[in-house]
Amino acid sequence: MFSRFKFITARVYLGFTLLLFMVPIVTSVTGQDFYLDLLTRVLILAIAALSLNLMVGFSGMISLGHAAFIGIGAYCVGIPAYYDIHNGFVHLGLAMVCSAVFALITGAICLRTRGLYFIMITLAFAQMLYFTFVSLDEYGADDGLVIYKRSEFAGLLNIENATTLYYTVLAVLLIFFVLLHRLVQARYGRVIIGSKHNEQRMQALGYNTYKYKLVCYVISGTMAGVAGFFLGNFTNYISPEMMDWTHSSELLFMIVIGGTGGVFSPIIGAAVFLLLEEFLSGITIFWHLIFGLILIAMVLFGKGGVHGLLLRWDEKVTNGAGQ
Amino acid sequence: MDWHLLISQMLNGLQLGLLLFLLAAGLTLILGIMDFINLSHGSFYMIGAFFCASLMAITESLIFSIVFAVIGVFAVGALVERFIVRRLYKNDHLDHVLVTFGLILVFDTLAHMIWGSAGRVIPLSDALNGQIEFGGFVIPAYRLLIIVAGLTVAVGLYFLVTRSRLGMLIRAGASNRSMVSALGVNIDRLYLVIFAIGAALAGFAGMLIAPITEASIGMGNEIIIVAFVVVIVGGLGSIKGAFYSAILIGFIDTLGRSYLDDLLKLFISNQSAETAAPALSAMMIYLLMAVVLAFKPQGLFPPGGLNK
Repeated sequence: MFSRFKFITARVYLGFTLLLFMVPIVTSVTGQDFYLDLLTRVLILAIAALSLNLMVGFSGMISLGHAAFIGIGAYCVGIPAYYDIHNGFVHLGLAMVCSAVFALITGAICLRTRGLYFIMITLAFAQMLYFTFVSLDEYGADDGLVIYKRSEFAGLLNIENATTLYYTVLAVLLIFFVLLHRLVQARYGRVIIGSKHNEQRMQALGYNTYKYKLVCYVISGTMAGVAGFFLGNFTNYISPEMMDWTHSSELLFMIVIGGTGGVFSPIIGAAVFLLLEEFLSGITIFWHLIFGLILIAMVLFGKGGVHGLLLRWDEKVTNGAGQ
Repeated sequence: MDWHLLISQMLNGLQLGLLLFLLAAGLTLILGIMDFINLSHGSFYMIGAFFCASLMAITESLIFSIVFAVIGVFAVGALVERFIVRRLYKNDHLDHVLVTFGLILVFDTLAHMIWGSAGRVIPLSDALNGQIEFGGFVIPAYRLLIIVAGLTVAVGLYFLVTRSRLGMLIRAGASNRSMVSALGVNIDRLYLVIFAIGAALAGFAGMLIAPITEASIGMGNEIIIVAFVVVIVGGLGSIKGAFYSAILIGFIDTLGRSYLDDLLKLFISNQSAETAAPALSAMMIYLLMAVVLAFKPQGLFPPGGLNK
């Protein structure tokens, strides 16, 4: 299996992963705690982007409501914590079950539609959830809830410690990456990729594409729920604003920057997006202008994102070697 | 039951419905004819409000300000179509969503740079600030003006779409896009005009609401989502559908917020009604859209001749 590392793309991704492992070491030596926080956020949103790309990149379902799952995951930390339940296994279990159930119910309805209508109906469900939490006065409504204590894992894991949290998120991210990588290679993955390109043909071959896509939607939503679980713990604060549709668009941006063609690329996309945001916001208060223009330019001219760029580079090298 | 409250809530619903219609009219044409998802349509709503506020500060004439601000937003819309949107018609919906989201960031920041972060008030003359008595009911004069202006534009659009050559092309475009271009119509110019008219209508809506809410950054980003609901419920590319569904959604939203808790109290306990009503009333329009999409995906009033 190591033969694939002769490709530049695979080497870059491997190198990037090794860099991610080094981050806490570097930040603790240099005392730059701020960057550890920033990269923890990168990893958490990378989980969400990775899960969204299973739908967008591999199954062709463009969702504008993915932030809803992040919100569900976060509230599954916040609401139990509000009742003094700090057991992390309960939080994580709830986050996964609730986001999976929400995905199953809404997905079953959303998947009756396609194209533009799918985009709008996923948005509609996210908005419904957003307004539900806005009107829950008990849980802070618009203002949200402060989480005073992070999830406790019975002494096994202390995520109050920033480095531990970082490595925990990184581990989960890599596990999800490997799972999705295997999933896309497996027969199941081939079916959803096939139905992205030609759904009728897959149906003619006897596959119930609706069921395959629904499973894809549920897997993706559950993974995003886990991202929400970490985000709630990381920020120590939850609010309905986490589910705002603008955050769903930001996730779409991350995967497009990384390139929708690869399993790993959304991780790069999340890093580029958040680091660019951090860098630009340090320069001027009007950084959204530059950011917006860069994003527009990336869509107009950056075909295939970082992943596409690396693949083209690989192709050039391979062709060069063959001649 | 308080009849004065009911009447005033119905007028509020009508007002919201008409504003939504102004936003949705352009949006539905852009979606139905160009198959383009324009999230930044709400930015034109904001730009209209700011243009009007600035002109008002110089000229102190509301009519004059509105006329020139509408022309200004039309020009901005035309520029955006010509230099950015036109490149994207052939791309997939994902690119539309991303680029127009980028445009929202750009427009919001430009507004911040030009007009500052505080927002701008549009002062009204005493006559418009007053009230009008109408068979025992007291109605704020400016709200009446919004309703009259909204209805006038709706009627004007109706004649534009049904009676003019441009309207004929628009209707033809909405029902069969490729046939229109096959017949030798200059599609580039048609798209430019439709996009700019849509932008101007959204801008006009922003100008109408600004004296009540004031012009502020990002004011279009919430209402645009509701306008999308209007478009989907009404049927893509259908001006008539956009009108009916805008009024319907304006009423559902306004009346839901004020009467849903009373209605629920008939069926469930007072306490649970008071908890459920706010959530449910905010959700209702999205529920409506989900139901329409699940059972009648082409919308309630699809444009004629669209056999999809």
